[in-house]
Amino acid sequence: MRRVTLPEIGTFEAWRDEARALLGAGIPPEEVLWQRGPGADDLFTTDPPQITGGPTTVPRGFVDLARLVVCHSDPERFARLYALLWALRDDRRLLEDRGDPRVGKLARMAKEVSRDRHKMTAFVRFRELEAPGTDRRRFAAWFEPSHHILELTAPFFVKRFGDMDWAIFTPDLSAHFEDGALRFTPGAPRPDLPQDATEDLWRTYFRNIFNPARLKPKAMQAEMPKKYWHNMPETQLIPELIATAETRARQMAEAAPTLAPTRAGTISARLRLPTTGMPEDVGDLTAALAGCRRCPLWQDATQPVPGEGPLDARLMIVGEQPGDREDLEGRPFVGPAGQLFDSVAQRVGLDRDATYVTNAVKHFKFTPRGKRRLHQAPNSGEIRHCRWWLDLERSRVKPQLILAMGATALESLTGDRRGLMARRGGIERTEDGTPVLVTLHPSYLLRIPAAERAAAEALFEADLRLAVRELAALAERPDR
Amino acid sequence: MHPAPRAGGQTRDSRDGKGIGSTTGSGICHAYAPDGRCISLLKILMTNFCIYDCAYCVNRVSSNVTRARFTPEEVVTLTLEFYRRNYIEGLFLSSGIIRSPDETMSDMVRIARMLRTEHHFRGYIHLKTIPDAAPELIAEAGLYADRLSINVELPTDRAVKDYAPEKDPAQIRRAMADVRLKREAGKERSFSGKRPPRFAPAGQSTQMIVGADGADDTTILRTSTRLYSGYKLRRVYYSAFSPIPDASAALPLIKPPLMREHRLYQADWLLRFYGFDVEEIASATRGGHLDLEVDPKLAWALANRHLFPLDVNRAEREMLLRVPGLGTKTVARILTTRRHRTLRYDDLRRMGANLKQAKPFITLLDWRPRALSDAADLRARFAPPPEQLSLF
Repeated sequence: MRRVTLPEIGTFEAWRDEARALLGAGIPPEEVLWQRGPGADDLFTTDPPQITGGPTTVPRGFVDLARLVVCHSDPERFARLYALLWALRDDRRLLEDRGDPRVGKLARMAKEVSRDRHKMTAFVRFRELEAPGTDRRRFAAWFEPSHHILELTAPFFVKRFGDMDWAIFTPDLSAHFEDGALRFTPGAPRPDLPQDATEDLWRTYFRNIFNPARLKPKAMQAEMPKKYWHNMPETQLIPELIATAETRARQMAEAAPTLAPTRAGTISARLRLPTTGMPEDVGDLTAALAGCRRCPLWQDATQPVPGEGPLDARLMIVGEQPGDREDLEGRPFVGPAGQLFDSVAQRVGLDRDATYVTNAVKHFKFTPRGKRRLHQAPNSGEIRHCRWWLDLERSRVKPQLILAMGATALESLTGDRRGLMARRGGIERTEDGTPVLVTLHPSYLLRIPAAERAAAEALFEADLRLAVRELAALAERPDR
Repeated sequence: MHPAPRAGGQTRDSRDGKGIGSTTGSGICHAYAPDGRCISLLKILMTNFCIYDCAYCVNRVSSNVTRARFTPEEVVTLTLEFYRRNYIEGLFLSSGIIRSPDETMSDMVRIARMLRTEHHFRGYIHLKTIPDAAPELIAEAGLYADRLSINVELPTDRAVKDYAPEKDPAQIRRAMADVRLKREAGKERSFSGKRPPRFAPAGQSTQMIVGADGADDTTILRTSTRLYSGYKLRRVYYSAFSPIPDASAALPLIKPPLMREHRLYQADWLLRFYGFDVEEIASATRGGHLDLEVDPKLAWALANRHLFPLDVNRAEREMLLRVPGLGTKTVARILTTRRHRTLRYDDLRRMGANLKQAKPFITLLDWRPRALSDAADLRARFAPPPEQLSLF
């Protein structure tokens, strides 16, 4: 039987080295007795066995597991770990078997250590010490963890409190961080730390953040077990807060409403200037659209998206409805379909800045799917309701030519959405006789399979060229 | 041992010795109040003076609450001194509206700027953004803050109009859209390959008060779904309407609906991590409300018993996630282990499954629920005895 005594500082590294050597020497778990204690280096009597064979490799997850389990307070932890390491020689996939009792037990132990470690990062409370002759402030804390976690947890405090000196004392070990260097010393009895006036401020905060109408002491205790309380300044308030909670909640409920202070009326009157549902003056299209309740699409959208462009534009382009991007930005044709349109328009010499760009429907219609909003085509009722706005835009811009992109625009402008593919490339008329050039919607080009896309894009490009030619022809006619 | 950083969140530290603070990506609760809630950040109002008159709020203009105001320097000192003693993860700063939204917001931005640039504070900052504030102020806030939030306050536009008359739901939505756009712009590299400064790396969130207006749970969850999908919110926080001192006559006090709040959080989890669609959850509600006696996943399973029992050794991940009593971690363990062998009842117990809930809905090598999943009184086995309900 071999006895291995591990040091209190550097326990994990020592265990790893020992385990590697024992495994290399083929020494089975039942022949090793493990322990951790002070001055282990002196007590170490047995020479480490000679490593035979190649270097030991273990699954990655084992090292992470062992690093945690080594900190556990269970005296069996080293032996259990070595037993698993031994078993892993024959079955390297054992670690993935969460139903295996050996793996399960160690995973639970690791979880207990993790939790204790997490609670330490949460519940350590520093008090300020005097720091004569240095510009670094000094703090210290006493903490009593359930497991041997100080070495594992100290780096958290190193990262967090880089510009101050601090010490954390535990019954097991002490950590000291001075001038940017961390060192460990053996455990010490509880030190006498000076009073810190900031604790009173913290207690004031704790008292006031508590809502007496929601008293749930069990939920508190599940996350902040009593064993930690005596080192936390705020916890001394808890009994009183619990005892008075019910009365305080009842008093709030029973208190009669008071009269508002006089200044309240003046302030509210100033803020609540009358708002009208639908402004008379539609000069500001954005403001007018914001009040539109003709159909329910406004409810889920961010904002309406009005048309954009010069009011003396000769060409008006009408799309379907705003998409995700347009809805967020409040501007038409800024999303992927808009970008595709821009690139084709540029190729054919169509100047977007000189055209008025808008949509048949002004609010984004979608269904939420997970983290995305999926476009939904507007129905005929929605198109009809929103036509009021498109008519308004048309009457203001009075375009010589309208480019209808897609079936929704076609329906809004001509009253008939059927047979888009047969009608594209042709020129139709609105009720008032404005010519309407029919084409595809660019988002259609983005939806179809890649193989069909080039052909469809060519049709779209041809239609845009036609629009440019038609505009030039219209310009030469004197009658407009 | 190394908790996975919150996706998109940032990790910072002060190992260089030139500042204070770190963020690990997952927050730490430094204390718990007797209401069971986590105290992670110093959550304070810069001032409780307010010119708005929101009926549910103790600080509304028409309330007689005592008013006070911190100077920006006081907020900075308090944050740093609490932080150095390990009481908090950082600052969650909110404020009543004084004089104008822009003036209030610019004071809040000043506090964040002082913490970051003068004191090299690397802890967490969450700023409650005022939706009516100028876009430049929001843009600057996002450079200093880890998280920005804008409260939608109440589940419907109608309720906001009724109870928070000075707030404009459309403006709140536009402000959230703006934060999403700024965050996305902050992730794109320019042509020179330069990355712009990160904008609110821990994302945006919002809060909704539950139980003040008449909205049912389905309405609330649909609103959440719209917010998650439209503005990429990290979290929607549900806050049970709770008694306040000097309450408004316009909004009578109720006992805070804590169980309802809890069920909404559970349903929210199902939407975000378990692949549930809001309409599926809605289909298992009663009159639009989540069942208070059993959790929403169990309620859904009870309403869809024809899909069960499920063979744990064969079922797809999507379906395993729908079994009551199996969480995301347990499902991950099942999938890993069953690649090597067939699972038994005891394996699931060791993997952390809640078998009391799960067993009527699953089959394993050595477990079959027989008639259990068809039993007419199945729901009664899970629902608590009626008298416990009076707690809520």
